[in-house]
Amino acid sequence: MKTAAKKIYIAFIILFLYAPIGTLMVLSFNASKTRAKWGGFTLKWYIDLFHNEEILRALLNTLLIAFFSALAATIIGTIASVAMNGMKRRTKSIMMGITNIPMLNAEIVTGISLMLLYISFGMKFGIGTILLSHITFNIPYVILSVMPRMKQFNPSTYEAALDLGASHTTAFFKIVLPDLFPGILSGFLMAFTMSLDDFIITHFTKGVGVDTLSTKIYTEVKKGIKPEMYALSTLIFVTVLILLILVNRSPDKKKS
Amino acid sequence: MSKELIHLDSISKSFDGQMILDELDLTIHENEFVTLLGPSGCGKTTTLRILGGFATPDTGKVIFDGKDITNVPPNKRPLNTVFQKYALFTHMTIAENIAFGLKIKKKSKQYINDKIHYALKLVNLDGYENRMPDSLSGGQQQRIAIARAIVNEPRLLLLDEPLGALDLKLRQEMQYELIRMKNELGITFVYVTHDQEEALTMSDTIVVMNQGYIQQIGSPEAIYNEPENAFVADFIGDSNIIPAIMVEDKLVDILGTRFACVDTGFGRNKPVDVVIRPEDVELVTPADGMMQGVVTHLIFKGVHYEMEVLAGGFEWLVHSTAMWPVGQAVGIRVDPFNIQIMNKPESEDEEAVAIDI
Ligand SMILES: Nc1ncnc2c1ncn2[C@@H]1O[C@H](COP(=O)(O)OP(=O)(O)OP(=O)(O)O)[C@@H](O)[C@H]1O
Ligand SMILES: [Mg+2]
Repeated sequence: MKTAAKKIYIAFIILFLYAPIGTLMVLSFNASKTRAKWGGFTLKWYIDLFHNEEILRALLNTLLIAFFSALAATIIGTIASVAMNGMKRRTKSIMMGITNIPMLNAEIVTGISLMLLYISFGMKFGIGTILLSHITFNIPYVILSVMPRMKQFNPSTYEAALDLGASHTTAFFKIVLPDLFPGILSGFLMAFTMSLDDFIITHFTKGVGVDTLSTKIYTEVKKGIKPEMYALSTLIFVTVLILLILVNRSPDKKKS
Repeated sequence: MSKELIHLDSISKSFDGQMILDELDLTIHENEFVTLLGPSGCGKTTTLRILGGFATPDTGKVIFDGKDITNVPPNKRPLNTVFQKYALFTHMTIAENIAFGLKIKKKSKQYINDKIHYALKLVNLDGYENRMPDSLSGGQQQRIAIARAIVNEPRLLLLDEPLGALDLKLRQEMQYELIRMKNELGITFVYVTHDQEEALTMSDTIVVMNQGYIQQIGSPEAIYNEPENAFVADFIGDSNIIPAIMVEDKLVDILGTRFACVDTGFGRNKPVDVVIRPEDVELVTPADGMMQGVVTHLIFKGVHYEMEVLAGGFEWLVHSTAMWPVGQAVGIRVDPFNIQIMNKPESEDEEAVAIDI
């Protein structure tokens, strides 16, 4: 009895969480342009999507920004983790606090602050500013996933490498980095996902005429109903879902 | 004695204002098995880390084969370390672990393969080349750590409590293995342990340390039979440490009874400590004893009986294959050779060292 109640409860949660996305997905295959009526199954919107040059350019921007911002954030975040690990406990917890705040900060605040910062430095808005912003908000996620690996790291293996004749650089690349790799990889995927997903911060820091998928969807939907956008949203959702699954699985893969 | 290999010259080291090593002097000879022995926290690992180059002394010099290597980094020192916690590279196979140092030295593939094979044979782990460290038991991991160090043919091998995690039987086996390796390879060993039996079994020379000071350096026999102070006597096995008065050369007053002994040069009527090992206390009938007492405790220990005898106001610890029941009046005899006279600690420092056991 109790387990049945539990199952129903969970079913409701999933229903409420995923019903909107489910609706979106269904509509993306709807041949009729109105939302109210099912006009039969079609892949037309998906095909249109891939013939729309603006959307393809936005897609390219999104992927480039996601990749390079994740890459930069991963490098910076990993180096930061290594440095923070070497700090005294108090300094380390202060640093951890500082890196965590941007994640808790409302995105709109981060977005506006960054925008003001760029204006005051007289920077030209465009891909460059988006990239910088994404690197900024991605770093904490990388640190957050590398730090636990770092804590598990046994410092005497590093010393053992030195003892066996390795230079500091060799010891770092051959011993420390491979040990941190699962954390680094999941940090990268997480950062990639966050960047792919972001609308608000991008919205405030992009220039005129430069769009990522999320800002493109926003402007298109404002103009009127475009079923292509349902298709696009569905694709983004599925991509993010797959990435998240990868993120969650990557640490244990190493273990087994 | 063979040639001098390492000399620690007046090494001091403190952490956070706390003195860990205080002007430590130590000389190690070629192909010697030296054991650093002492209670937890006495500075054994710190000494080893200074030898390995992982810690720099605040003052003093490390001389290796006549050259000052105090500031030479660990990767440029002709020695290898087996760490207290194995420190194997978990993402590499056993073969890759062992090959690590050789690859850095750019040895040929053939040479590396031969060495891996040879080293695994030496530590009795033939055929483990492709296993991962995590899949090995603690003892096996420790042996791999040793193999990984010795393939580099270091002139000096530092081992930090390498057998600490092993069970008794495996530990004894490994002790023999290590001695065999030392003899086969002609490497000088500096071995850290807080297990006195292990130190006595394996070493050519034992360095007894406490609170950053060297208490005594000597052969296992010398350390066991002629401890220089109460700390060493107590740390190396059970013993009776009794305050006494040296009446004159070769005569000591223990708890009001005069015993003949063999030590000279302590002066007349000087307060001293005597050390008598439990197995050196003979129990006889009261009439035959130099001192009379009563048995208060009796435990069977396997090889011998352990008894406590109250005599002259002191609880004597006695090991004997003969059993004397509790309550029995007995006499105590001690052979003059088995009475070891030690100076009383003089400075407050030494006092602290002696009391803090
Ligand atoms: N990096 C460090 N920072 C601060 N204190 C340290 C450091 N390394 C060692 N110590 C202190 O120095 C003292 C001696 O430590 P050491 O590791 O040399 O002891 P040990 O004799 O090896 O003990 P054990 O048998 O427990 O391994 C200890 O009190 C320890 O707390
Ligand atoms: Mg230690």
